[in-house]
Amino acid sequence: MRIRGVELAVGVFMLVGALSLAVLAINVSGLGLSKQEGSYKVYALFENVGGLTARSKVSMSGVTIGQVGAIRIDPERLMAVVEIEMNGDVDYLTVDSSASILTAGLLGEKYIGITTGADDEVLTEGGYIEDTQSSLVLEELIGKFLFNKASE
Amino acid sequence: MELFDDIIIDIKQLTFSRGNRYIYKDVDIRIPRGKVTAIMGPSGTGKTTLLRLIGGQLKPDSGSILLDGDDIPCLGRSELFDVREKMGMLFQSGALFTDMSVFENVAFPIRVHTKLPEDMVRDVVLMKLQAVGLRGAAQLMPSELSGGMSRRVALARAIALAPALVMYDEPFAGQDPIAMGVLVNLIQKLNQALGHTSIIVSHDIKEALSIADYVYIIADAGVIAQGTPEELQKVDSEQVRQFMMGLPDGPVPFHFPAADITTELMEG
Amino acid sequence: MQPVLDNIALFGRAGLDKVEAVGRSGMILINAIVARPDPVQSFPLLIRQLYSVGVLSMIIIIVSGLFIGMVLALQGYTILVDYGTEQAVGQMVALSLVRELAPVVAALLFAGRAGSALTAEIGLMKATEQLSSMEMIGVDPLRRIIAPRFWAGFISLPILTMIFSAVGVWGAMLVGVEWLGVYEGSFWANMQNSVDFFDDVVNGLIKAQVFGLVVTWVAVFQGYDALPTSEGISQATTKTVVYSSLAILGLDFIMTALMFGDF
Repeated sequence: MRIRGVELAVGVFMLVGALSLAVLAINVSGLGLSKQEGSYKVYALFENVGGLTARSKVSMSGVTIGQVGAIRIDPERLMAVVEIEMNGDVDYLTVDSSASILTAGLLGEKYIGITTGADDEVLTEGGYIEDTQSSLVLEELIGKFLFNKASE
Repeated sequence: MELFDDIIIDIKQLTFSRGNRYIYKDVDIRIPRGKVTAIMGPSGTGKTTLLRLIGGQLKPDSGSILLDGDDIPCLGRSELFDVREKMGMLFQSGALFTDMSVFENVAFPIRVHTKLPEDMVRDVVLMKLQAVGLRGAAQLMPSELSGGMSRRVALARAIALAPALVMYDEPFAGQDPIAMGVLVNLIQKLNQALGHTSIIVSHDIKEALSIADYVYIIADAGVIAQGTPEELQKVDSEQVRQFMMGLPDGPVPFHFPAADITTELMEG
Repeated sequence: MQPVLDNIALFGRAGLDKVEAVGRSGMILINAIVARPDPVQSFPLLIRQLYSVGVLSMIIIIVSGLFIGMVLALQGYTILVDYGTEQAVGQMVALSLVRELAPVVAALLFAGRAGSALTAEIGLMKATEQLSSMEMIGVDPLRRIIAPRFWAGFISLPILTMIFSAVGVWGAMLVGVEWLGVYEGSFWANMQNSVDFFDDVVNGLIKAQVFGLVVTWVAVFQGYDALPTSEGISQATTKTVVYSSLAILGLDFIMTALMFGDF
């Protein structure tokens, strides 16, 4: 009887541990089970990605439809190539869609906003988004403003 | 001498040291089969060490320890395992496993060395506990036993596998007179009934001499006297006499080495 | 000149002793890991140890986790509310718990609760000659006594760490949402957006696993290597807590640098 009590307690201990892992996975880190299945990659070239990092959100009309994968420099064109992991169910992005780097709120994090175009063809694995708009860099804005003022 | 016609343990030229100190230097000891041999000597002369050497828990610097022809220091792990099946050891503190009941303690060596079915294990354990008079305590935990009782349980565990050799490490130390009497009686009776060889390490002279067939007295890294209890009474060595009679001063001085007291007092 | 030389020699000797101790502890670790007794016999032993090492540490882990989560939420809220970003309190608590506090604090508590108990238990077994007597019966105490205790500690700490995190987040939710009135939706959404399962939760678990190894290793070794006297055991128990705490904090820095540092 005493032995059974011990076994029972250890069993409960293990179960509580597994339960905690489940809570951490689903509730805390938001690991959806469906999220992983079928994502495809498209690429976008930006002049400047200032502040965008891997795992940033990719959204359309404010709804998250994917996330940023790797970011690197294309050595030939000397521009930043951003790999975007689109969720598998997003099959309506036309090839003339545009991507711009936006900021959530005044000081918030950077994300990519997508707007679709009117073409009949849709983006598939390995496709490129041609129409892009880079991150706004404060220094450049100020520089432009001063230049305009001076030339007036 | 007929006592040594059949010897179970033959220790030859044994040397063992700890740090720079010799515990044993070129010692020869022979233990006759089926008899009670007492190893006696003052504290700190390494009597327990001798038992550990025989048990293979320590390795000597040199020399051989032959148990029925097997040289214990040279045995490998699995051979040592087999040899230990033939030995039972009663530790000074009893050394019962505190997380097991009395029954499980006695059953432990049986389960380790044999594949007996559970009901036979039970029968053997109860018989051994009956022999030491503690069958009624089978379900108690070691913490519920008195010192004398736990030593008797440990004795039951030591003889659980009917070993050829039982070693007792200070079996009488710290026992009240009744428990001591019970243990003396038990050791003697078990030795006669089961026919095993007993080695008793002790400095309780009266009790040890009362049951020993042969006695070794150990001091200064060697055997200083040996013989039957009667022979030892007649030994004319000051060192032996001091030990046997329990004299406070003698070759083993009462005073720790120090400068002369008058000079030391005068200095202050 | 002579005293100086003596001191230098003493220093060298102490160093040699330490190196030797590390060697012995390594031997014990290897023996405990390599020792593979038959599973029928050792499984009940492991269960028993999981009980005394894991289950009995649960209370202190749950209570501490709850309070640490609640305190973090309270502290975070008072700072974040000045910037109007109190919804981020969930994110802050979850990240600090999962990445850092849960593995470290759980390991420190574990060293104090279970590690010291292991050391004392094994040391006492040594002092009362139980280890010797087991050896004389023909059973290797490393297999029978040390191995199940080692594995129990190794398995328990990651589980305790997960419980700590989960309870801590729940405590933060109690304070943040129920008491201070942070909007529940954004509390969870912020948390889920910023905590990544593999980068944060799994890395925290790896830390906990390493701490589990180190703490039980130290505890088991100190017990096995203790002088078989009362002072020896109490010294060994103290050493277990001190050494394992230092090892936890030092290793935590190294692992954090490797996992979360950008290089």
